[in-house]
Amino acid sequence: MLHYAYIIPLLPLAGAVLLAFFGKRLGNPLAGWFATLLVTASFVVGVFVFLDLLHRASSNRSFDQTIVTWIPVGGLQIKAALLVDQLSITMVLFVTAVSALIHLYSIGYMHRDPQFSKFFVYLNLFVFSMLILVMADNFVLTFLGWEGVGACSYWLVAFWFDRDSAASAGKKAFIVNRIGDFGFLIAMFLIFSTVGTLSYSGVFGAVGSIGPTTLTAITLLLFLGAVGKSAQIPLFIWLPDAMEGPTPVSALIHAATMVTAGVYLMARVSPLLSHTASSLNVVAIVGLATAFLAATSACAQGDIKRGLAYSTISQLGYMFLAVGTGAYVAAIFLMITHAFYKALLFLGAGSVMHGLHDEQDMSRMGGLRKFMPVTAGTFIVAWLAIAGVPPFSGFFSKGDVLMNAYARSPALYAFGLLTALLTAYYLGRIVFLTFYGPERWRTSGPEEVLPHESPAVMLVPLVILAIGSLAAGVIDLPYANLDYLARWLDPLFGSAERVLTFSTGAKDAFEVADGVVAVTGVLLAGGLWFRRWQRPRLTPVFFQRAWWVDWAYDTFIARPSTALANFSAYVFDNEVIDGVVNGTATLVRDSGTRLRRLQTGYVRNYALAIATGAALVLAYVASRVGS
Amino acid sequence: MSLGGPYYLTLAAVLFTIGGVGLLLRRNVLVMFMCVELMLNAVNLTLVTFSRMLNDIGGQSLVFFVLVVAAAEVVVGLGIIVAIFRRRKGATADDLHILKG
Repeated sequence: MLHYAYIIPLLPLAGAVLLAFFGKRLGNPLAGWFATLLVTASFVVGVFVFLDLLHRASSNRSFDQTIVTWIPVGGLQIKAALLVDQLSITMVLFVTAVSALIHLYSIGYMHRDPQFSKFFVYLNLFVFSMLILVMADNFVLTFLGWEGVGACSYWLVAFWFDRDSAASAGKKAFIVNRIGDFGFLIAMFLIFSTVGTLSYSGVFGAVGSIGPTTLTAITLLLFLGAVGKSAQIPLFIWLPDAMEGPTPVSALIHAATMVTAGVYLMARVSPLLSHTASSLNVVAIVGLATAFLAATSACAQGDIKRGLAYSTISQLGYMFLAVGTGAYVAAIFLMITHAFYKALLFLGAGSVMHGLHDEQDMSRMGGLRKFMPVTAGTFIVAWLAIAGVPPFSGFFSKGDVLMNAYARSPALYAFGLLTALLTAYYLGRIVFLTFYGPERWRTSGPEEVLPHESPAVMLVPLVILAIGSLAAGVIDLPYANLDYLARWLDPLFGSAERVLTFSTGAKDAFEVADGVVAVTGVLLAGGLWFRRWQRPRLTPVFFQRAWWVDWAYDTFIARPSTALANFSAYVFDNEVIDGVVNGTATLVRDSGTRLRRLQTGYVRNYALAIATGAALVLAYVASRVGS
Repeated sequence: MSLGGPYYLTLAAVLFTIGGVGLLLRRNVLVMFMCVELMLNAVNLTLVTFSRMLNDIGGQSLVFFVLVVAAAEVVVGLGIIVAIFRRRKGATADDLHILKG
């Protein structure tokens, strides 16, 4: 079955191509069902490949499949080759599973949209790019997928491009990501000039020959790429704006899969990262700072999707904290469980918006649990999971991250725990504002809104994801012989992975602390927001505007740049450049006007000029000869 | 009896000057054309003279080129003059200054 691994990315690509040509003819909803079917098939193939890999010895679970030599230029031989190993197949399974569910949901969510089939073209193309990203066996092919998901993200954020805000949000996502991509590119140049190859196995085999400074530079530049793609400080500003896209897009791309690509990249280059302590520290600190900043910002959002976006940024920060402390398994574990509950949160928010005529403002919601029992129930499951209430999946994955943070430094742990408290609190706030309290939608607007539960095609993914959010923890329980994911990934990360030496009692203490913090956050949210829906003192503008970071970019970079562009376009170009060009033309024309008087048309004038000239030349020659 | 080189050169200079002055002062295109020919042949005469004086055949062979080019020039020039005569009564060079464009 391993030899059929290439089918996994091929199926969504075929879907995108076929739907691009025949999507309109297939129509609504058949085009959506077709796309869903292909992604599901891709998942099934992934499962078979996984089982095949499982049957192999744990030391022999890496399979390289070359499809074609992509760029053969002298010493630069880049193959379009797929790498099937423990990490990539784990990514493949959860990416295709979540994608298939979100495809299914989109059939219901997008059913009124006139561009129904185009939406699925982009979604399938996205899944293809994401699979290329995770399955590539070299940096260049990963970069191809990296740019592919970026392009799909741009198209999908700006899917409703007739709305000005959606169009500019798409551009913002693209431009901010370019800064990160620049880091990725420079890192690849550095790797090639140092090692002379770009395949993962080649680079990791030669890690000993890379100087420490170069290695730190390479890893930090790759981290810059990850920072852009995974929306970390200082490049996180694009993600909240990307919520302008359709909600399934927010769930798939901007919560579950694409934004985790940065974490995947860091896990993939773990053999490089583990050799440079300074890079690891940067990753951990940036991750934790992002987690904290985004969590505080999420506490004050009025828009449900922006609140969830900041929550995503915060959780991604957690994953980078795990990577930075050398806990790659914990990072992947959190990535998988996060994919379930965050996709569920977004899809739940989409369901709410669907029932409320695209209302996103939480001040116009409230009391919805009576009208949308399934949405409310699954949303609450997701909340308890992300909060880390035992025995939901988030409890185990976040506990794993925090324990590793403590092993690195208690300060990291303290901040991580505080962020965990905030996580439980801000999502509780969202839950209570949306599903509890007074019903605030009828009084607003001239039209009376009647909330209704979403159709079954949207509810089935919610229920499946809720089960996943509840139970995904079983893949890596911190008890003897139940840590399947850790044992599965251990041969891959090897010595890069941090080894925990806590006693059983200490581990229990950590679990109790995590559980207490989670429950405290939940109760805090209930106490503060169950009865009241307005507390201006708890939602200061400073947090609403995410610590003014976006404002700072706008004031110190965007506006001066615009002023410079305006100066170049309207002053420098008009006055200086055009001045030189027009000045040359004027000079030629004026001198021509003057010189044309010499052309009289009288032959005798010309003859006289020739004679005079000849006489002068002769005189000159004669004078030279004489001397 | 033979004359020395300077006599020929003086004759050539006189012919050249006559041609040049004629070119500058006359208005009739045909006469101006003849003056040009006069100047050309004055130069030819100097070339031949120097060829003999310096015992170098190069000057004489250059004369052949001048003759050929002059013949070609006569063809073109006379053609233009005939064309002018067909359109106009006379052939005064100054009348043609409107051709300057």
